[in-house]
Order: sequence, then C-alpha cells, then structure tokens
Amino acid sequence: MKVSLTVNGDRHELDVPENTLLVEIIRERLGLTGTHIGCDTSQCGACTVHMNGRTVKSCSLLAGQIDGAEITTIEGIGTPEDLHPMQAAFRECHALQCGFCTPGMIMRAIELVEQTPELDNKAVREGLEGNICRCTGYHNIVEAVLHAARVPQSARAE
Amino acid sequence: MNEAKSATGIGASVKRKEDVRFITGSGCYTDDINQPGQSHAAFLRSPYARARIESIDASAALEIEGVIAVLTGADMVADGLGDIPCGWLVKQKDGSDMVSAPHPPMAATQTNYVGEPYGVVIADTLAAARLGMEAVLTDFTELDAIVDLATVRDSEQIHEGVEGNLAFDWELGEREATEAALASAAHVTRLDLTNNRLIPNAMEPRAALGIFDKVSGEHTLYTTSQNPHLARLVLSAFVQIAPEHKLRIVAPDVGGGFGSKIFIYAEETAVIWAARKVGRPVKWTADRSESFLADAHGRDHITHAELGTDEEGRFVALKVQTTANLGAYLSTFGSAVPTYLYGTLMAGQYSTPNIYVEVQGVYTNTAPVDAYRGAGRPEATYVVERIVETAARELGRDPVELRRLNMIKPDQFPYETPVALVYDTGNYEASLAKALVHADYAGFAERRAAAAAEGKRRGIGLACYIEACGLAPSNLAIQLGAQVGLYESGEIRVNPTGSVTVFTGSHSHGQGHETTFAQVVSDKLGIPFEDVEVVHGDTGRVEFGLGTYGSRSLAVGGSALIRAAEKLITKGRRIAAHMLEAEVDAVEFIDGDFLVKDSNQSLSFAEIAFAAYVPANYPEDLEPGFSEKAFYDPENFTYPAGTHIAEVEVDVDTGVVELKQFVAVDDFGNVINPMIVTGQVHGGVAQGAGQALLEQAIYDEFGQLVTGSYMDYCMPRADDVPDFTVDTTVTPCTHNPLGVKGCGEAGAIGSPAAIMNAVTDAVGDNSISMPATSEKVWRALR
Ligand code: FES
Ligand code: FES
Repeated sequence: MKVSLTVNGDRHELDVPENTLLVEIIRERLGLTGTHIGCDTSQCGACTVHMNGRTVKSCSLLAGQIDGAEITTIEGIGTPEDLHPMQAAFRECHALQCGFCTPGMIMRAIELVEQTPELDNKAVREGLEGNICRCTGYHNIVEAVLHAARVPQSARAE
Repeated sequence: MNEAKSATGIGASVKRKEDVRFITGSGCYTDDINQPGQSHAAFLRSPYARARIESIDASAALEIEGVIAVLTGADMVADGLGDIPCGWLVKQKDGSDMVSAPHPPMAATQTNYVGEPYGVVIADTLAAARLGMEAVLTDFTELDAIVDLATVRDSEQIHEGVEGNLAFDWELGEREATEAALASAAHVTRLDLTNNRLIPNAMEPRAALGIFDKVSGEHTLYTTSQNPHLARLVLSAFVQIAPEHKLRIVAPDVGGGFGSKIFIYAEETAVIWAARKVGRPVKWTADRSESFLADAHGRDHITHAELGTDEEGRFVALKVQTTANLGAYLSTFGSAVPTYLYGTLMAGQYSTPNIYVEVQGVYTNTAPVDAYRGAGRPEATYVVERIVETAARELGRDPVELRRLNMIKPDQFPYETPVALVYDTGNYEASLAKALVHADYAGFAERRAAAAAEGKRRGIGLACYIEACGLAPSNLAIQLGAQVGLYESGEIRVNPTGSVTVFTGSHSHGQGHETTFAQVVSDKLGIPFEDVEVVHGDTGRVEFGLGTYGSRSLAVGGSALIRAAEKLITKGRRIAAHMLEAEVDAVEFIDGDFLVKDSNQSLSFAEIAFAAYVPANYPEDLEPGFSEKAFYDPENFTYPAGTHIAEVEVDVDTGVVELKQFVAVDDFGNVINPMIVTGQVHGGVAQGAGQALLEQAIYDEFGQLVTGSYMDYCMPRADDVPDFTVDTTVTPCTHNPLGVKGCGEAGAIGSPAAIMNAVTDAVGDNSISMPATSEKVWRALR
C-alpha cells in the first residue's frame, strides 16, 4: 500500500506491504536506526517516537494507521552540536549506560515534561512506566528528566 | 595541563565519551548494520521440552517465494561442525570429571528445551523467512519433560550416559570438621532457600550478521558479544567454523549483557556457517520471545543451609547443600557459576572457621542456565546473609551486632577462608558503619511505629556481602578447570603527533570503558583526555582479549593498560636521555613530561613520540616506533565488599511491598570515575530488587515457559524502585597497579538478601521466597 508521511521534516511517499510496522519503516526504509526494537509485545518503549506531537510506540502501529502523519524520531530532535535539553540532561546526569533504551526514554521524557507542569520524582517515575531500562536502575533517568524540566523549554524549540 | 588533567583524570566524574552517539540515535548496534545482498534467518525452534526429531520436510517451505534454503542440525553434523564446549571442567567429589552432555549448536536428533533451535530458514526477506519457518513440517515424538528440581534425580535420563541427570556432584571445604562443629554448637539455625530463576533481559536482543568473502576466505561475524575473542576461539577451535585467522568477530555497540552475551550460542554459530553455505550475508535478530526462550537464564538453586553458633553468638560452622539447575546443556560457564563462583564465597565477611558446601548440578529440560549479573555470588550472598539474619532473629540478637561480632577484622588481612580464597584487604565494619548512618538505622523503630499507626508493616534488612572479581590467576583457574586463561590484553599505540589509540580486550556494553580507560591512560601518560581513543570489541583490530564479565574489566584490562603505559614510559626515558644527553636514570616522567633531574631540561610526551617515529637524534640500539602492549595476569581475585540496607513497607490489605529506601555502601577500592561507579550500583540494585520482588522464570510441568514475554515476566520499571543512596569506603586492592576491585555486580549481589531480610522482617514470616509478590505476601499475612 501507499503511505505518505513526514519524518523529521522530510516528506516520504512509500509503497510498503500492509503489515509493515511504523518502526520497520523508520529503521529499514528510512535507515533511521536510532529508534530501537526491544520487544514484540509493545511493552518496552525502546521504539518510542513522536507522532503528531504525541509519543507512540512505533512497534504498535501499522502502515495503514500512519498515512499523513508527522513523525519525529531521536534523530530529529537535536544534533551533537545542538542537543535538545533532554539529550543534554541525559548526558549530564549519566542517565544512560548501554544506550539501547535511551532514544525511547528521551522521546517519552520530552513529552512528559511538556505535558506535566509540576513534575516531581513520583510523577516522573509513573510517567516513564512504559519504558524499560535494564542498565540504570532509573535513578539517574529520573534525575535527568527533573533536570531538563527545570531548563526553560523556550530555551530551545524542538 | 594539570588542571585539565585533574578534571578528567583518575577520580573525576568525567562525562562519558560514548554518550553523544547514543543520545542522538547514532549508536551502531548489530541490528543497525546491513550488508548489500543480505538474506535473513528465522530459526526453527522446538515446541516441546523434550522430543525426538523423526523427520523434517522442508519442501513446502522451499516453494515459498524468497526462501533460499532450509538448513538443519543434521546438515551441521554432515558439515563436520563440532559441539559447543563448556568452558569450565569441574571435578566431582570422587575426583572424576563432570559429565558433560554433547551440546550441538543446533539439535540434530533430539531437542531438550522449548525454543531449542534445530534448523534455520534463510530467505531474501525476514517475512519470507518467517513464512518458510511456518511451512516446514517437522515430525516430533514428544517425550516426558524433566523439569522439577525436586524429582530430577529419579526421573528418566535426559542425556545418554548421564545417570540421574547429574552433571556433577561437587564439594568444597571440610565436611567432617563442619559436621562435628555443628553437632557441638550451642545453637544451629536451619534454613531452606530457593534462588529464583531469572532471565537476564538485556534490552538489546541478541543479533548476528554473518558475511563470507569467497575470494579471501574470510568470515566476518557482527554479533552481540561481551567477549568477541573468546567467541572466535571457540567457534574456530571447537565448532570448527573457520580457522582463527579467517574469522573476524566484531561486537559493535552492544545494548547490555549482564552475562547473557558471554556465551557461544546456536544462532550466532548458525548465521556465520549459513553465510558461507548460501553465499550471501545472513542476518538474524532475536525477537524478545526468542530471547526469553533461548538466552541462557540465571540462578535457579534450591538450598538447605545450617549455621552453628556458640554461646556468645560466634559462628562455628556453616554447611550448605545446593541443587543447581543447569538447564538442558552445560553453557559456556554453566558449571563454574554454581561451584567456584558460589561455594568459594560462603565465608562472606565472617571468620566462620568451618565451612562445607556441596552442590549437585543437574540437567533439566529447560534453557541452559549460566552467568547472570553476579553469577554465583548473589546466590552465595543470599545463603549467607539470609541465614545470618535468621540466626540473629532466633537468638534474639541485633542483626547488626551479631554481624559485627563475627566480621573479619581489618588487622586479619590477608585472610584465608576455609573455602579456598585469600582476601587481600578490606574493612567491613567501616562500610557497615557508614551504611547504618545513611539508612538512619537508629531511627527505624520510630518509622516502624509510624507505619504501624497507618496500618502498614515496615521492615529493615541488611546484607553484608563480599564478592570475588577478576577471576585469577590463570594457572590456578586452569588447575580448577578453566579451559582458558584469565588475563587481559592492552595496547597503547602512540601516534607520531602524540595522541594515542588504546586497544583493549575488555568489552564495553554499557560500562563506559571508552571513558574510564581513557581516564586511566591520560592520567598515567599525562596527556589530554581528548587525545585518547579507546578501541574494543573487534578481533580484527584488537590483538586478543578475554572480554568483560565478573567485574573484571578495570581490575584486569585496566591493569594491562597500566603495564603497557609503563613500558612506554621506560622507552620514552631512554629516548629522552639520549636527546637531552643525560643518563637514563636521571630522567623522570612527571605529568606528561620527561625531565632531567636537577635541571630545567625536559621533553614532552608528544615530542618523544615524534622522535620515536622520526628518529633523527635517537639511541642507536633502540627500535623506532612508540607503541607497547601488555598481557596482565592478576595474582589473585579482587574482593569488593560492602553493606546494603533495604527498608520496605508492606500494605497489609493488598500484600504490596514498597521498597522505601535502599542504601548501598561499597568498597570497590580506588574509584576511577565515581559517576560511572554509582550508575553501576544503581543498575545492579534495581536488578536485585527485580529478583527479590518481581522476576521469576516459570516452566510448567510440560516444560513450557509460562513467563515468555514482558506481559508475564515482571521487569522492574521506574515506579517499582525508589531513589537509591550510594556511597563508598576505600581499601585499595593490594595486588593490582590501580588498586581497583570492580563494581559491576555488587548492586545485584547484596540487594536480594537485604530486601528479603527486610520483607521477612516486616511480615514476620521467614519462609517467604523470592520474588516476594503481593500474592505471596498477602497469603503470608493471613
Ligand atoms: S519495541 Fe515497541 S514497545 Fe518494545
Ligand atoms: S541504558 Fe541500557 S537499557 Fe537503558
């Protein structure tokens, strides 16, 4: 089937089998390998991206559900020279070890900060419930999200 | 220079070099790599725990568009491929060798656990490979599954020649003396424990991409490995995939290992073999369901322990009897984990004079069991610290005071235990004291009362653990059954302009070696941190290595780099002496400069490097070039130790256990990067909390894995754990040049015992087993 979607500002017209998942389009068709696959039951959040401004688990959407969508992946939010405040906070707070969960965590954390004006430790922990990290024990991830939440979001537009 | 050095040198919390690529999505994991013309593999896996393969009909699969080949375990046998060996040969009580059942890379005649691969479909696309997999008709004769540890010894024999399904009956320590001491003890505490089976669950599933170059005959395998050189050695020498010099193994960015990526597995083996057979690159990435079924699992012990005490409460004897589930085959270190990495730790931090441990390792129709973060040492700590706590309760003693009474004192080092280890150094009371302050142990009674007023039960628990890291030395390990050495290699290549490239046989899959090792080398050589590049994980670039496990990287791999750096300095001094017309003995190396004593003459490290490559004014009897390597073989294990304190609150109505506070005070010796060390402890503690409260792999009576996805296997999530309080005390390791001990596993070693001591304290029922789920706790409260 034909789908058209915008990923990180670039428009793509693709012809893919109907059972293609969004994460497969992102990784295999577009070569954006920053989005990861950590499970096959939509439980781990490694594949989290933004679709029309909301986080989605890209392993749980089929091609037919994404026509016309605006997608942002980890590659679309910042560069090494100009990191998104959440990316910078993850590094600053040592919120990653192997890095495999990290892109999904960052994408979810960005939305969490945008959605929740008064974030505290508990709210961050509950907000990240859909993303599994096996390395960090979450302590520093929570710290990074709270750290980024303190940075005025206007400091850098997404 | 000095300032920059102190901000990035040993002891500084330098931000990690590797982070930028990971936070921007530019990491390069195995599944991110693709090759032109690559095909895809889908594995045929046994639906039964134990079955005879009668026939495989691939004809319908081969009709499917895109399917290239269906290869089976029998094809591997026909190609002369060898079995996957176990890397540690354990001797039994009677001196005989353990009974190692053949472990074919893919099953050829019989499958022995659900998910065991017995064939592989190769196709143009993954979708076609999966369709092909569905279309293969395999005729199995199902046999009875042997899964219950309690009855396994009397069950049907799984492997030919393995009587009673017993791989080994192993012992350590003095049986008679221990039993005699128990018989005359004033009090004996008896405890039955289960150490729950776990699934490691690194977030990156295993993956492999095999490439065969017809012209050069070279095989390249990109794979998720913690130790690519060991994989190459085994695949070459034992499985006989290809000669070692024609086999290159690359472990690029690896998304966590925790032990599970040490081992040599069927799938990686099959992928590189198939690539040559079909003449195209072959790629395979596990989906999570496959990881659950076919990654090596961890733990899975049942244990009976007895601790004898005298009138004052001094430990007089400890006897431990364990049945360890090894799974269907002996995985790479499957035999070492419940023996030499377990029984040797039974002294813990205490001067118990008599200790005896016996372990029966048994085969079952379940996935192989092998090292998982801590590997044997969490199991040992669980036995020691649960029974010590239980003894304190039975004797009506304060658990802190009872531990303190029995601890090995700082002036007793080096301390030889009754179970074969010599602890070089430590100060156990110091970490205990610090942990008690952090945990406000003195204020616990008040917190307990406050919780009770709200209808909740609060409990506190300690674990004073010890571990042994950096398995060593090689000759001793080999005497005890290791089939490889346990040294590590390190090479420092200095470029003519003075920057350096460091090659290490250790592998980083989250530990941050690119940062820590750069700190070590820049500090030692007095050069800017930015000028050091660390290369690891590629047998084509790094000479040799034994990889990363057992918290050995810094203690062994880091020490190798220090030795290589020392060789560079020695050579540099000769060059400097020549250039500055001084005696070699008069040249000192301080903070990156070669200085002539009592003069103002000096040359920088970079100037010496340049001279070594452009040898205009150069010693005649010295080779040009500025590059050195070293193999470091440690004299002894290192012995990190510490105290962990957990505090929990139990909801009486629901049985839900909330981990309110967790304090870890660890002695890792010297610390290179405190930020990274703290992160390692956090991660380990969360895994330990997962074991204590949430995780358990369950097979049903037919050997079907009931907990085969994240829907059923409960991983710790952000809201399952609190913030942790982490601190350190320091007694430097006495026998390696960095004075470091290793920090990768401690969190997972101390925490299960501490948390279960807290849970059983809160509930008032010592029989609750891991994981302490709300259901178990709720029942115990009724
Ligand atoms: S891969 Fe999408 S939730 Fe796990
Ligand atoms: S950093 Fe490894 S899984 Fe989160």
